[in-house]
Amino acid sequence: MTQLAREEEWANWLRLAVKGDAQAYSRFLVAVTPHLRAMARRRCSLYGAPPSEAEDVVQEVLLAIHLKRGTWDPARPLGPWLTTLVRNKLIDSLRRRGRQTSVPIDDVSDFLEAADETNEAADRIDTETVLARLKEPQRDIVRSISIEGEGIRETAARLKMTEVAVRVALHRALKSLAALYRSE
Amino acid sequence: MKTDDLITLMAQDAPVGLRYGRALAVALGAGIALSALLLVATVGLRHNMGSVFETARVLFKITVTLVLAVLAARLALRIGRPGEETRLPALLLAVPALMVAAAVTAELVALPADAWRVSLVGRNALFCLFFVPVLSLAPLAGLFWALKKGAPANPARAGAAAGLAAGAIAAAIYAWHCPDDSPLFLATWYTVAIAAVTAAGAFLGRRLLRW
Repeated sequence: MTQLAREEEWANWLRLAVKGDAQAYSRFLVAVTPHLRAMARRRCSLYGAPPSEAEDVVQEVLLAIHLKRGTWDPARPLGPWLTTLVRNKLIDSLRRRGRQTSVPIDDVSDFLEAADETNEAADRIDTETVLARLKEPQRDIVRSISIEGEGIRETAARLKMTEVAVRVALHRALKSLAALYRSE
Repeated sequence: MKTDDLITLMAQDAPVGLRYGRALAVALGAGIALSALLLVATVGLRHNMGSVFETARVLFKITVTLVLAVLAARLALRIGRPGEETRLPALLLAVPALMVAAAVTAELVALPADAWRVSLVGRNALFCLFFVPVLSLAPLAGLFWALKKGAPANPARAGAAAGLAAGAIAAAIYAWHCPDDSPLFLATWYTVAIAAVTAAGAFLGRRLLRW
Protein backbone atom coordinates (compact mmCIF):
# COMPACT_ATOMS: atom_id res chain seq x y z
CA MET A 1 0.00 0.00 0.00
CA THR A 2 1.35 3.41 -0.83
CA GLN A 3 2.14 5.83 1.94
CA LEU A 4 -0.60 8.20 0.83
CA ALA A 5 -3.28 5.53 0.70
CA ARG A 6 -2.25 4.31 4.10
CA GLU A 7 -2.39 7.79 5.57
CA GLU A 8 -5.87 8.28 4.10
CA GLU A 9 -7.06 4.98 5.54
CA TRP A 10 -5.69 5.79 8.99
CA ALA A 11 -7.22 9.27 8.84
CA ASN A 12 -10.62 7.77 8.05
CA TRP A 13 -10.40 5.40 11.00
CA LEU A 14 -9.34 8.15 13.35
CA ARG A 15 -12.11 10.44 12.09
CA LEU A 16 -14.66 7.75 12.98
CA ALA A 17 -12.88 7.05 16.25
CA VAL A 18 -13.08 10.56 17.66
CA LYS A 19 -16.82 10.42 17.07
CA GLY A 20 -16.96 7.30 19.21
CA ASP A 21 -16.40 4.33 16.87
CA ALA A 22 -14.40 1.91 19.05
CA GLN A 23 -13.88 -0.58 16.24
CA ALA A 24 -12.41 1.97 13.84
CA TYR A 25 -10.20 3.24 16.64
CA SER A 26 -8.97 -0.23 17.41
CA ARG A 27 -8.11 -0.74 13.71
CA PHE A 28 -6.21 2.53 13.69
CA LEU A 29 -4.20 1.66 16.80
CA VAL A 30 -3.46 -1.88 15.63
CA ALA A 31 -2.25 -0.51 12.30
CA VAL A 32 -0.04 2.18 13.83
CA THR A 33 1.60 -0.01 16.48
CA PRO A 34 3.96 -2.08 14.29
CA HIS A 35 5.36 1.12 12.81
CA LEU A 36 5.93 2.56 16.26
CA ARG A 37 7.59 -0.65 17.31
CA ALA A 38 9.99 -0.66 14.37
CA MET A 39 10.96 2.92 15.12
CA ALA A 40 11.32 2.38 18.86
CA ARG A 41 13.55 -0.64 18.38
CA ARG A 42 15.78 1.07 15.88
CA ARG A 43 16.17 4.13 18.05
CA CYS A 44 16.71 2.46 21.42
CA SER A 45 20.32 1.66 20.49
CA LEU A 46 20.84 5.16 19.11
CA TYR A 47 19.89 6.68 22.43
CA GLY A 48 21.65 4.05 24.50
CA ALA A 49 18.38 2.87 25.97
CA PRO A 50 18.04 -0.82 26.83
CA PRO A 51 16.35 -2.67 23.95
CA SER A 52 14.13 -4.33 26.54
CA GLU A 53 12.39 -0.99 27.02
CA ALA A 54 11.34 -0.62 23.39
CA GLU A 55 7.86 -1.96 24.09
CA ASP A 56 7.43 0.52 26.94
CA VAL A 57 8.34 3.29 24.54
CA VAL A 58 5.70 1.98 22.12
CA GLN A 59 3.06 2.03 24.85
CA GLU A 60 4.05 5.48 25.99
CA VAL A 61 3.72 6.85 22.46
CA LEU A 62 0.38 5.07 22.01
CA LEU A 63 -0.88 6.70 25.21
CA ALA A 64 0.27 10.09 23.95
CA ILE A 65 -1.59 9.58 20.67
CA HIS A 66 -4.63 8.58 22.67
CA LEU A 67 -4.61 11.46 25.16
CA LYS A 68 -3.76 14.10 22.54
CA ARG A 69 -5.96 12.96 19.67
CA GLY A 70 -8.23 15.93 20.34
CA THR A 71 -5.50 18.21 18.96
CA TRP A 72 -5.88 16.69 15.49
CA ASP A 73 -8.19 18.71 13.28
CA PRO A 74 -10.04 16.07 11.20
CA ALA A 75 -10.31 18.55 8.34
CA ARG A 76 -6.53 18.48 7.96
CA PRO A 77 -4.16 15.72 6.83
CA LEU A 78 -3.19 13.17 9.46
CA GLY A 79 0.46 12.71 8.43
CA PRO A 80 2.08 15.91 9.73
CA TRP A 81 0.14 15.75 12.99
CA LEU A 82 0.92 12.10 13.69
CA THR A 83 4.56 12.35 12.65
CA THR A 84 5.23 15.36 14.85
CA LEU A 85 3.40 13.96 17.87
CA VAL A 86 5.17 10.60 17.58
CA ARG A 87 8.56 12.22 17.11
CA ASN A 88 8.17 14.48 20.13
CA LYS A 89 7.00 11.71 22.43
CA LEU A 90 9.44 9.13 21.12
CA ILE A 91 12.41 11.39 21.66
CA ASP A 92 11.14 12.44 25.08
CA SER A 93 10.72 8.82 26.12
CA LEU A 94 14.05 7.64 24.71
CA ARG A 95 16.00 10.52 26.21
CA ARG A 96 14.58 9.72 29.60
CA ARG A 97 15.53 6.07 29.31
CA GLY A 98 18.80 6.39 27.46
CA ARG A 99 22.31 7.25 28.48
CA GLN A 100 22.85 9.36 25.37
CA THR A 101 20.95 12.55 25.92
CA SER A 102 22.76 14.57 23.32
CA VAL A 103 21.54 12.69 20.24
CA PRO A 104 20.39 15.27 17.73
CA ILE A 105 16.68 15.35 17.05
CA ASP A 106 16.57 13.15 14.00
CA ASP A 107 13.93 13.06 11.38
CA VAL A 108 11.19 10.50 11.80
CA SER A 109 9.37 11.43 8.64
CA ASP A 110 9.99 7.83 7.62
CA PHE A 111 7.36 6.92 10.19
CA LEU A 112 4.62 6.14 7.69
CA GLU A 113 6.91 3.92 5.65
CA ALA A 114 8.69 2.27 8.56
CA ALA A 115 8.78 -1.50 8.42
CA ASP A 116 6.11 -3.49 10.14
CA GLU A 117 7.16 -5.24 13.29
CA THR A 118 4.17 -7.10 14.49
CA ASN A 119 5.72 -9.43 17.01
CA GLU A 120 5.40 -7.94 20.42
CA ALA A 121 8.36 -8.03 22.77
CA ALA A 122 7.99 -8.87 26.42
CA ASP A 123 6.54 -5.98 28.33
CA ARG A 124 8.71 -4.93 31.18
CA ILE A 125 6.06 -3.51 33.46
CA ASP A 126 3.62 -6.32 34.00
CA THR A 127 -0.06 -5.81 34.24
CA GLU A 128 -0.23 -6.49 37.95
CA THR A 129 2.30 -3.75 38.68
CA VAL A 130 0.28 -1.34 36.61
CA LEU A 131 -2.97 -2.35 38.27
CA ALA A 132 -1.46 -2.01 41.71
CA ARG A 133 -0.79 1.67 41.08
CA LEU A 134 -4.38 2.45 40.08
CA LYS A 135 -7.15 3.30 42.50
CA GLU A 136 -10.57 1.69 42.59
CA PRO A 137 -12.75 1.68 40.56
CA GLN A 138 -10.15 2.39 37.85
CA ARG A 139 -8.31 -0.84 38.67
CA ASP A 140 -11.43 -2.96 38.45
CA ILE A 141 -12.45 -1.34 35.18
CA VAL A 142 -9.02 -1.73 33.59
CA ARG A 143 -8.87 -5.39 34.62
CA SER A 144 -12.34 -6.10 33.37
CA ILE A 145 -11.88 -4.45 29.96
CA SER A 146 -8.28 -5.32 29.12
CA ILE A 147 -7.90 -8.76 30.65
CA GLU A 148 -11.38 -10.16 30.74
CA GLY A 149 -12.33 -8.48 27.48
CA GLU A 150 -15.61 -7.04 28.71
CA GLY A 151 -17.18 -4.00 27.11
CA ILE A 152 -18.22 -0.78 28.81
CA ARG A 153 -21.80 -1.96 29.23
CA GLU A 154 -20.98 -5.29 30.87
CA THR A 155 -18.46 -3.62 33.14
CA ALA A 156 -20.95 -0.98 34.16
CA ALA A 157 -23.60 -3.61 34.91
CA ARG A 158 -21.25 -5.74 36.95
CA LEU A 159 -19.87 -2.84 38.98
CA LYS A 160 -23.34 -1.27 39.33
CA MET A 161 -22.09 1.96 37.84
CA THR A 162 -23.48 4.06 35.00
CA GLU A 163 -21.78 3.70 31.62
CA VAL A 164 -20.79 7.35 31.77
CA ALA A 165 -19.07 6.81 35.11
CA VAL A 166 -17.21 3.79 33.71
CA ARG A 167 -16.06 5.84 30.71
CA VAL A 168 -14.88 8.68 32.92
CA ALA A 169 -12.97 6.27 35.17
CA LEU A 170 -11.42 4.53 32.17
CA HIS A 171 -10.27 7.85 30.75
CA ARG A 172 -8.74 8.79 34.11
CA ALA A 173 -7.04 5.39 34.30
CA LEU A 174 -5.39 5.97 30.92
CA LYS A 175 -4.22 9.39 32.10
CA SER A 176 -2.76 7.77 35.22
CA LEU A 177 -0.99 5.19 33.07
CA ALA A 178 0.63 7.93 30.99
CA ALA A 179 1.72 9.68 34.19
CA LEU A 180 3.08 6.40 35.49
CA TYR A 181 5.32 6.01 32.44
CA ARG A 182 6.49 9.60 32.70
CA SER A 183 7.46 9.33 36.35
CA GLU A 184 9.06 5.93 36.07
CA MET B 1 1.07 -4.69 30.46
CA LYS B 2 0.55 -6.15 27.00
CA THR B 3 0.33 -3.63 24.18
CA ASP B 4 -2.71 -5.43 22.82
CA ASP B 5 -4.45 -5.05 26.18
CA LEU B 6 -3.60 -1.38 26.21
CA ILE B 7 -5.10 -0.98 22.74
CA THR B 8 -8.27 -2.72 23.91
CA LEU B 9 -8.50 -0.23 26.76
CA MET B 10 -7.92 2.79 24.59
CA ALA B 11 -10.44 1.62 21.98
CA GLN B 12 -13.15 1.62 24.66
CA ASP B 13 -12.29 5.27 25.35
CA ALA B 14 -12.60 6.25 21.68
CA PRO B 15 -14.76 9.41 21.69
CA VAL B 16 -13.08 12.75 22.31
CA GLY B 17 -14.81 14.77 25.01
CA LEU B 18 -13.73 18.30 24.22
CA ARG B 19 -11.50 18.97 21.26
CA TYR B 20 -8.46 21.15 21.85
CA GLY B 21 -9.53 23.92 19.45
CA ARG B 22 -12.95 24.18 21.04
CA ALA B 23 -11.49 24.10 24.55
CA LEU B 24 -9.28 27.03 23.66
CA ALA B 25 -12.21 29.02 22.26
CA VAL B 26 -14.30 28.34 25.38
CA ALA B 27 -11.38 29.27 27.64
CA LEU B 28 -10.75 32.53 25.81
CA GLY B 29 -14.42 33.48 25.85
CA ALA B 30 -14.77 32.81 29.56
CA GLY B 31 -11.47 34.49 30.41
CA ILE B 32 -12.30 37.64 28.47
CA ALA B 33 -15.80 37.85 29.93
CA LEU B 34 -14.52 37.43 33.50
CA SER B 35 -11.80 40.04 33.15
CA ALA B 36 -14.11 42.53 31.44
CA LEU B 37 -16.59 42.05 34.29
CA LEU B 38 -13.83 42.52 36.83
CA LEU B 39 -12.85 45.83 35.23
CA VAL B 40 -16.42 47.11 35.10
CA ALA B 41 -17.18 45.95 38.65
CA THR B 42 -14.06 47.45 40.26
CA VAL B 43 -12.52 50.49 38.60
CA GLY B 44 -15.17 50.86 35.91
CA LEU B 45 -14.95 52.27 32.42
CA ARG B 46 -13.32 55.59 31.91
CA HIS B 47 -16.03 58.19 32.60
CA ASN B 48 -15.51 60.05 29.36
CA MET B 49 -15.03 56.95 27.17
CA GLY B 50 -17.76 58.01 24.77
CA SER B 51 -16.24 61.36 24.01
CA VAL B 52 -12.58 60.31 23.78
CA PHE B 53 -13.13 57.21 21.72
CA GLU B 54 -12.64 59.00 18.44
CA THR B 55 -9.28 60.46 19.30
CA ALA B 56 -6.41 58.85 17.45
CA ARG B 57 -4.43 58.01 20.58
CA VAL B 58 -7.28 56.13 22.29
CA LEU B 59 -8.21 54.35 19.11
CA PHE B 60 -4.59 53.33 18.60
CA LYS B 61 -4.22 52.08 22.15
CA ILE B 62 -7.24 49.81 21.82
CA THR B 63 -6.42 48.66 18.29
CA VAL B 64 -2.82 47.71 18.90
CA THR B 65 -3.56 45.75 22.08
CA LEU B 66 -6.34 43.90 20.24
CA VAL B 67 -4.07 43.10 17.31
CA LEU B 68 -1.46 41.72 19.70
CA ALA B 69 -4.10 39.72 21.59
CA VAL B 70 -5.46 38.10 18.42
CA LEU B 71 -2.02 37.27 17.02
CA ALA B 72 -0.72 35.88 20.30
CA ALA B 73 -3.85 33.79 20.89
CA ARG B 74 -3.51 32.38 17.39
CA LEU B 75 0.11 31.53 18.10
CA ALA B 76 -0.83 29.80 21.35
CA LEU B 77 -3.45 27.73 19.53
CA ARG B 78 -0.93 26.65 16.90
CA ILE B 79 1.80 25.84 19.41
CA GLY B 80 -0.45 23.31 21.14
CA ARG B 81 -1.11 21.45 17.92
CA PRO B 82 1.57 19.06 16.66
CA GLY B 83 2.62 19.60 13.06
CA GLU B 84 1.31 23.16 12.76
CA GLU B 85 3.42 25.92 11.30
CA THR B 86 4.33 28.38 14.06
CA ARG B 87 7.14 30.42 12.54
CA LEU B 88 4.94 32.74 10.53
CA PRO B 89 2.45 33.40 13.37
CA ALA B 90 5.44 34.15 15.63
CA LEU B 91 6.96 36.53 13.09
CA LEU B 92 3.61 38.30 12.74
CA LEU B 93 4.04 39.49 16.34
CA ALA B 94 6.41 42.05 14.85
CA VAL B 95 3.39 43.83 13.36
CA PRO B 96 2.05 45.27 16.65
CA ALA B 97 5.64 46.00 17.72
CA LEU B 98 6.20 48.02 14.56
CA MET B 99 2.85 49.76 15.04
CA VAL B 100 3.96 50.87 18.51
CA ALA B 101 7.36 51.99 17.20
CA ALA B 102 5.66 54.07 14.52
CA ALA B 103 3.23 55.60 17.02
CA VAL B 104 6.06 56.47 19.41
CA THR B 105 7.95 58.19 16.59
CA ALA B 106 4.84 60.14 15.60
CA GLU B 107 4.25 61.14 19.22
CA LEU B 108 7.83 62.37 19.64
CA VAL B 109 7.42 64.47 16.52
CA ALA B 110 4.02 65.80 17.56
CA LEU B 111 4.94 66.74 21.12
CA PRO B 112 7.50 69.32 22.21
CA ALA B 113 10.45 67.72 23.99
CA ASP B 114 9.50 69.11 27.39
CA ALA B 115 6.14 67.30 27.25
CA TRP B 116 7.70 63.87 26.65
CA ARG B 117 8.40 63.20 30.28
CA VAL B 118 4.87 63.94 31.45
CA SER B 119 3.37 61.75 28.70
CA LEU B 120 5.71 58.91 29.49
CA VAL B 121 5.14 58.90 33.24
CA GLY B 122 1.41 59.44 32.86
CA ARG B 123 -0.98 59.46 35.80
CA ASN B 124 -1.50 55.81 36.56
CA ALA B 125 1.67 53.90 35.71
CA LEU B 126 1.83 51.89 38.93
CA PHE B 127 -1.82 50.99 38.78
CA CYS B 128 -1.38 49.86 35.18
CA LEU B 129 1.51 47.63 36.23
CA PHE B 130 -0.67 46.13 38.93
CA PHE B 131 -4.00 45.86 37.16
CA VAL B 132 -2.95 44.48 33.76
CA PRO B 133 -1.48 41.34 35.39
CA VAL B 134 -4.62 41.04 37.56
CA LEU B 135 -6.84 41.22 34.49
CA SER B 136 -4.66 38.62 32.79
CA LEU B 137 -5.31 35.99 35.48
CA ALA B 138 -8.60 34.66 34.10
CA PRO B 139 -7.46 34.47 30.44
CA LEU B 140 -4.15 32.94 31.54
CA ALA B 141 -5.86 30.26 33.62
CA GLY B 142 -8.20 29.50 30.72
CA LEU B 143 -5.39 29.27 28.19
CA PHE B 144 -3.41 26.95 30.44
CA TRP B 145 -6.44 24.75 30.97
CA ALA B 146 -6.85 24.48 27.20
CA LEU B 147 -3.12 24.01 26.52
CA LYS B 148 -3.11 21.12 29.00
CA LYS B 149 -5.20 19.35 26.38
CA GLY B 150 -2.69 20.36 23.74
CA ALA B 151 0.63 18.77 22.89
CA PRO B 152 3.20 21.56 22.66
CA ALA B 153 6.70 20.51 21.61
CA ASN B 154 8.19 23.13 23.91
CA PRO B 155 6.19 23.70 27.15
CA ALA B 156 8.03 26.90 28.13
CA ARG B 157 7.40 28.47 24.73
CA ALA B 158 3.74 27.45 24.86
CA GLY B 159 3.45 29.00 28.32
CA ALA B 160 5.09 32.20 27.06
CA ALA B 161 2.65 32.40 24.13
CA ALA B 162 -0.25 31.91 26.55
CA GLY B 163 1.18 34.61 28.83
CA LEU B 164 1.62 37.01 25.93
CA ALA B 165 -1.94 36.40 24.77
CA ALA B 166 -3.35 36.79 28.29
CA GLY B 167 -1.30 39.94 28.90
CA ALA B 168 -2.43 41.46 25.61
CA ILE B 169 -6.08 40.60 26.32
CA ALA B 170 -5.73 42.18 29.77
CA ALA B 171 -4.15 45.29 28.23
CA ALA B 172 -6.93 45.53 25.65
CA ILE B 173 -9.48 45.41 28.49
CA TYR B 174 -7.56 47.80 30.72
CA ALA B 175 -7.40 50.30 27.84
CA TRP B 176 -11.11 50.95 28.43
CA HIS B 177 -10.30 52.36 31.86
CA CYS B 178 -6.81 53.76 31.44
CA PRO B 179 -6.70 57.59 31.31
CA ASP B 180 -3.16 57.68 29.88
CA ASP B 181 -3.35 57.81 26.13
CA SER B 182 0.14 58.67 24.96
CA PRO B 183 1.95 56.01 22.89
CA LEU B 184 4.94 56.82 25.10
CA PHE B 185 2.98 55.54 28.09
CA LEU B 186 1.72 52.53 26.17
CA ALA B 187 5.15 51.59 24.84
CA THR B 188 6.60 51.70 28.35
CA TRP B 189 4.11 50.54 30.96
CA TYR B 190 1.86 48.28 28.92
CA THR B 191 4.96 46.60 27.54
CA VAL B 192 6.43 46.04 31.00
CA ALA B 193 3.12 44.61 32.27
CA ILE B 194 2.63 42.30 29.28
CA ALA B 195 6.26 41.17 29.42
CA ALA B 196 5.85 40.26 33.09
CA VAL B 197 2.79 38.11 32.32
CA THR B 198 4.66 36.50 29.41
CA ALA B 199 7.60 35.63 31.65
CA ALA B 200 5.25 34.19 34.26
CA GLY B 201 3.59 32.14 31.50
CA ALA B 202 6.94 30.73 30.36
CA PHE B 203 7.87 29.85 33.94
CA LEU B 204 4.53 28.13 34.60
CA GLY B 205 4.52 26.47 31.19
CA ARG B 206 7.77 24.66 31.90
CA ARG B 207 6.19 23.10 34.94
CA LEU B 208 2.57 22.65 33.94
CA LEU B 209 2.51 21.99 30.21
CA ARG B 210 4.66 18.89 30.00
CA TRP B 211 2.91 15.85 28.66
